[in-house]
Formats: sequence, structure tokens, C-alpha cells
Amino acid sequence: MASLLGRFCRKLVVPGSAHGSRMTSTTACGSETVKSLNLYSAINQALHIALETDPRSYVFGEDVGFGGVFRCTTGLAERFGKNRVFNTPLCEQGIVGFGIGLAAMGNRAVVEIQFADYIYPAFDQIVNEAAKFRYRSGNQFNCGGLTIRAPYGAVGHGGHYHSQSPEAFFCHVPGIKVVIPRSPREAKGLLLSSIRDPNPVVFFEPKWLYRQAVEEVPEHDYMIPLSQAEVIREGSDITLVGWGAQLTVMEQACLDAEKEGISCELIDLKTLLPWDKETVEASVKKTGRLLISHEAPITGGFGAEISATILERCFLKLEAPVSRVCGLDTPFPLVFEPFYMPTKNKASSSSSLSSPSKNTHFLIHGFSRLL
Amino acid sequence: MAQHLKSSSKSILLNILRHNIGFSSPSHASRHLRHNLPHGPLTTRLSPNPITRYCNTMVDTLSSIGSHEDTNSQVMDFPGGKVAFTPEIHFISESNEERVPCYRVLDDNGQQLTNSQFVPVSKEIAVKMYSDMVTLQMMDNIFYEAQRQGRLSFYATAFGEEAINIASAAALSPDDVIFPQYREPGVLLWRGFTLQEFANQCFGNKSDYGKGRQMPVHYGSNKLNYFTVSATIATQLPNAVGAAYSLKMDEKDACAVTFFGDGGSSEGDFHAALNFAAVMEAPVLFICRNNGWAISTPTSDQFRSDGVVVKGRAYGIRSIRVDGNDALAMYSAVHEAREMAIREHRPILIEALTYRVGHHSTSDDSTRYRSADEIEWWNKARNPLSRFRTWVESNGWWSDEAESDLRSKIKKEMLEAIRVAEKTEKPNLNHMFSDVYDVPPLNLREQELLVRQAIKSHPQDYPSDVPL
Repeated sequence: MASLLGRFCRKLVVPGSAHGSRMTSTTACGSETVKSLNLYSAINQALHIALETDPRSYVFGEDVGFGGVFRCTTGLAERFGKNRVFNTPLCEQGIVGFGIGLAAMGNRAVVEIQFADYIYPAFDQIVNEAAKFRYRSGNQFNCGGLTIRAPYGAVGHGGHYHSQSPEAFFCHVPGIKVVIPRSPREAKGLLLSSIRDPNPVVFFEPKWLYRQAVEEVPEHDYMIPLSQAEVIREGSDITLVGWGAQLTVMEQACLDAEKEGISCELIDLKTLLPWDKETVEASVKKTGRLLISHEAPITGGFGAEISATILERCFLKLEAPVSRVCGLDTPFPLVFEPFYMPTKNKASSSSSLSSPSKNTHFLIHGFSRLL
Repeated sequence: MAQHLKSSSKSILLNILRHNIGFSSPSHASRHLRHNLPHGPLTTRLSPNPITRYCNTMVDTLSSIGSHEDTNSQVMDFPGGKVAFTPEIHFISESNEERVPCYRVLDDNGQQLTNSQFVPVSKEIAVKMYSDMVTLQMMDNIFYEAQRQGRLSFYATAFGEEAINIASAAALSPDDVIFPQYREPGVLLWRGFTLQEFANQCFGNKSDYGKGRQMPVHYGSNKLNYFTVSATIATQLPNAVGAAYSLKMDEKDACAVTFFGDGGSSEGDFHAALNFAAVMEAPVLFICRNNGWAISTPTSDQFRSDGVVVKGRAYGIRSIRVDGNDALAMYSAVHEAREMAIREHRPILIEALTYRVGHHSTSDDSTRYRSADEIEWWNKARNPLSRFRTWVESNGWWSDEAESDLRSKIKKEMLEAIRVAEKTEKPNLNHMFSDVYDVPPLNLREQELLVRQAIKSHPQDYPSDVPL
């Protein structure tokens, strides 16, 4: 219960923003004025800046005109006009298809899918058109100006169709990028990078953090590089890798582990496709242990890709099998959400290992209490 | 009985509303309802909870009911506008009694119909149109044969649809952006794509603008404003709408044009695109080549509407049905449509009726699902080339000599184009990895190294015509 309360009732301390841990977010210029913003306000700021800095950029999707169901598009239509910020009919394949066409003509199309759970009608457009637009044309054409934003992930009461984490489907598509921010400050910088990246990007926003996460966000125009993971907490005993809202859970786990004398290194992947293998590899070569955690169901989840890659690259340095603590292989349940979620108290399946030394045994046992 | 019902329904409504203004309890009004409600089958029309049904339009209905005593002229405001009531239970028929007529200028024999309206074409345009139709047909023939001989992996012809291909292109400007399906190479041909360029793509050599990545007939040309073909059906339709919107916002004197077949009109993207085009007021032409077949599926297994033209109205789109084998009719329809689209910022749907004379592709033998007689009839009696040739000749602009000169010239050019394309080496291996993204990411650079190592160890397992 405590974990449940911890998850849903407290305003979050954003991972990586305290404890003197290394922050590597780049800022565009020297002195910065910051403002305390939640996630949807940070996204909103990024969109304002994007539209302001490129007159041939557009924001559209269902209900975007009045500000959007999560208020991410507040004030845009009033400021930039209904020709650039507008509602679309209720049709995801049309929204994305239209966005591809706009982008193909050299515009920036920032498209909103109301919930990631509803992105599937657009999957054909994303996979067969957006992802292949440049390649199939021999670089005569591209739709790099396309960015698809969608709220994803658990929200406490979302059930099957307001909680999904579909990132794994998209990570399997060469030609697009998949980006997931962990906090307001990160979201603004990553979204601006995604919008300006010359490739189509799918940008998943952790909806649970829209209001819950508050952080000091620089007010100016800044970008955070894609495909660069960040070590947000240094450690020496085990590497933990995650993205989005799950990092707040993982950071809590790291704090708990610290009390037991386990030093955890926490990495925010940020970009899942193409992902920064080098940072994770360097970390695991140092710690010898890897634990990956995501809300999406464990089977076929993106954790499997990370696990396989790290095994290939770090096999001789690993002191334990790679562990994945993820959502279960069920549709996302309502009443059972607290049981489904990879909360910090969840038993890791990798705790059932045999290991000779006392130290490692303690550590593995610690895993089972960690997550 | 009906009259009694009407007035009592009205009085029920009035009573409910009057009581609602003064009283907040629904039970009072519903007590009234039970009291006054006549019994009979039509009483089920009123919902069990009349308060919730009517109260959100209360203000409007009160005023309109008060002023219109005659039931027949009662009008009600719903979101979306006023609609008149009807006391008759009448279902709109699933189809009109008569099919939408088909616009044509030339009869089956190529004689201009006496009262036909059409946009005149100059000698120069007419001759280029006819020549390009011949070129398209010959190109298709020769590439088809090349595939049969094993020199090409695949090909798809546009036999029977030459008028759609060329006449539509002729009526457009070079700035209009094209989103093709895959049976419209004639549009590229009209705009100046050479036979050599077609051959390069079909052979996937290093001069192919697509860098050898796709099957034959998947052409694309940014300099000719022709977006690269993708085999997925109808996915180009919503893209065209977005492109059209861009042209409108940039205030260009141009429109987007997208082609698709009768089969394509069943895809979800068709409905998505038309709806978006209407709502966004996008200057886009939707040109449907209704050629009767989607591979082996005839239109009777594709839809039950009067073809595709009637679907336009469902989305609020102006539409026309044209004889797709009549070059002049196609030219005029596209010409007019383009002007409307750009001037009025609206989409237009054009259904061009035609017939797919050829097989779906070289992987298909259409005699397995349709009679050879049927194919032959369309090839002879409704041939777009012969009809247009008759008209062009009737103006004194063409002759047998011109015909044979053209044909021998094209044949020579085609054979040379194939010879050269076949000889030209394939694109370099590094083009497998380029253009996935603007810049190859690390994982692709690593994979290229691995592939090159594998080739080095086992060169005999890999094709030798791809330079490394």
C-alpha cells in the first residue's frame, strides 16, 4: 500500500534533480531563467517555441484547439491561429497520414495522438510510409519534419485503454526514432530536439507525470540530444536502466538499496530507437550487473533488446543474469493495477540464481527486495 | 391516428418543458407523460426519460414550437445546423434510381459527340498526348516481355488506362504534386521522365534514383514532383491531403493529385483522406481509376454503392464520373477540377471508369478469373488509343506515317534503354545502410562492418554485381 500511495499521492521529486547527481542536460546559452513547471506545461512551452521559431510548423490532432485533453496545447491556437493549430476529425490514420504529407512538403508537423492506446490505426502510416519515406525514394523525399506525440503509461485508473506502453512495437521499425522523457525539463528539451530532428519521431509522454512531476525548467529555447542516454545516478554495484515515469520508481528503489549498502547506477535511456548502447555497456562493464525495468509487458518488451545486446557485449563482465522487472503479460488491468505494475517492492524473477560468493548472494537477494 | 399522435406528442413536449422550467423534479413531468401518452407502437419513439432527451435543446425547441403551429414546417437546431422534421418514417434509398451518368466527349469510335462540352486542346498538346499514350503502351509491352524473358524480376502494365495516365497529366501543371498508387507511370512520362530513367529503376541499377531499394515500377522523382510509389494500397491518399494543405498555406498556384483504384476505395485511408480533405478544405484531386478489378476481385465484390463517385457526397466533396478511356473527357474533367480545387480550396473526386486490359502484374494470369473475350472486347471496342487517334487525325494532326515513325523510334529507344540499364552496375552496398535516417546511426555502421566481414569470408554466397 505504501508503494501505491507513494506512487500516486506525492508530488514527485524528479529523478536526477537532487542528491548532487550528475546532470548532463545541455542548455543552449549561459544564464538561464527557470520556472517551476509540470510536464504538460513544459511540453506546452516546447510547442510554443517550436511554432514560434519555424513559421512552417503545425500542431494538430483531436481536441488540440481548445488546449487538448491534457492541456499540452493550451494557448497555441489563440497565438498562432487556427490554420496552424487545429482540431482534426477523429481518425488516427488520417491524422498521421496528413502529417506525413505536410512533412513531405518540408513543413514540421507535430501531431498529437490522444492516448498511445489509440495509435494503432496509424501504425500502417508510421511503418509503411513515415519510416520508409526517405529510404524508398533514394533520399529524394523525406518526412523528417514529422513528430508524433502521445501520452502513454499507467495513470492509476486507466485500465486497458488509457494505460498502454506501446514503445516496443515502434522500436522494431527502422527509419523512425522513439523518444521518452522522464521529467518536465527533459521533456521540453527532448521534444524540441525531436521536432527539429530530420527524421520522423514518435514521442511518448508519461501521462502520469503531466501534473505530478514538477521541476525547474529553463524558459529559453534548448535542446537535449537524442540517442544519448544519461547516467542520472552514479553507482558501482548494479546498473539500472529505464525510461519515462518508471525512473521515479527506480530512483526510490535506489534510495532503499543505498540503505542496505548497495550502490546503484541509474541510467535514463531517453531515446529507445536508436538507443545508446555505449553508455549502458560502459556502466555494466563497471558494475557487472544489469536490471531493466519498464511498465510494458515483459514478453517482447524493449527490455529484451537491451538484455540481449548487453549480454553480447558484456558477457564476461556479468556477475549475474540480466534482470527485467516489467509489467505482466496481461492487458493492463484496472482493479489489479497495483499488482501488475513493476513497483519497487516487486520480486525480481532473477532472485532465483545460485551464486557462490556471499557478496553476490546478498546482492541478488537485495534485488528481490529492491524491485 | 397520425394527427392525434402529432398534437399529443407536441403537447407532451410542451408540458414537460413548461414543467421543467418551474419544477426541477422529473417525476412531475413524467407523471404528465404517462397520463397523456397514447398507447401504440409509435410510442416507443419517445425515450424512457424524456427530460434528458429534450432538456439540452430546451431553449431552442420552446421558441420554435411556440411559433410554428403547423407540424410540417417545424425546424429544430441540432449541432451542425437546422434540420426540418418529417412525420413520415422514410428511409433514404440505398441508391438512386439511375446511376450517376458518365461524362464523355468522344464516342466509342472517337467521334466527337455533338453537344459535348470540353476544354479545347491545341495541336501541340493533342499530339504530345497521343504520342505519350503510344509510348506508354509500347514501354509497357517491352518491359512486360523483358520480365517474361527473365531480364526483369517484375512488372505491372497500365494497358487500357493510357488515357487516364496521360490526359490527367496533361491537364495539370508541373507544380502539382502527384501521389500515385502504382499504375500511373504515364504521369511521369508526360512530365519528362525518360525511358532510360524508367529502365534504371526497373533494373535497380546505380542510376536508379531509388538506389535499387524497391521492386520495379516503384518510381519516384522529386524534380518532377512525383512522390515515390509504395505498394501499400491507398496509404498515399491522406499524405496527398497534407501536401495539399501545405500548398494552400504557402499560397501556391498548385494542387495535390492522388491516384488509386476501385480496390483502393475500400481502404480505411480512402475514407480518412476524403473526410480530412473536406474538413481541412484542401486543394486535392482524388482520381479513382475504376478499372473493374482489384487483382481478381471484381467491383461487385468490392462495394455495393454506385461505384466510387457517390462516396464523394458522403464527405461533402464535389464529384464527377468520367469515361476514363476518353482522353478529351479526362483532360477536361481534370482541368476543371484542378481549377476548382485551387481557386476554392476544396477537394474534388473524379471517378474514371475504365478497364484493366492487362493482368494485375507479371505475377498474375487474369484469364484464371475472367474471360479472354471480355479482355479482348475492351481492348478493341473501347481502346483509348484508337479513339483518341481518330479524333487527332480528324483534325489533320496525325497520320499513319507519323504513327510508324513514332513506333519505330520508341522501340529503338526502349531496347537501347534496356540494354544500357542491364549493363549498368548495381548501387554500392553502402546504399543498403544510407537513408534509413538522414545520417546512419551507430548500429547501422556496426552492421555494415559485420556484413562486409561476412562477404569477405564467403564471397561466393553473395551476388557479384553489387559493388562493395
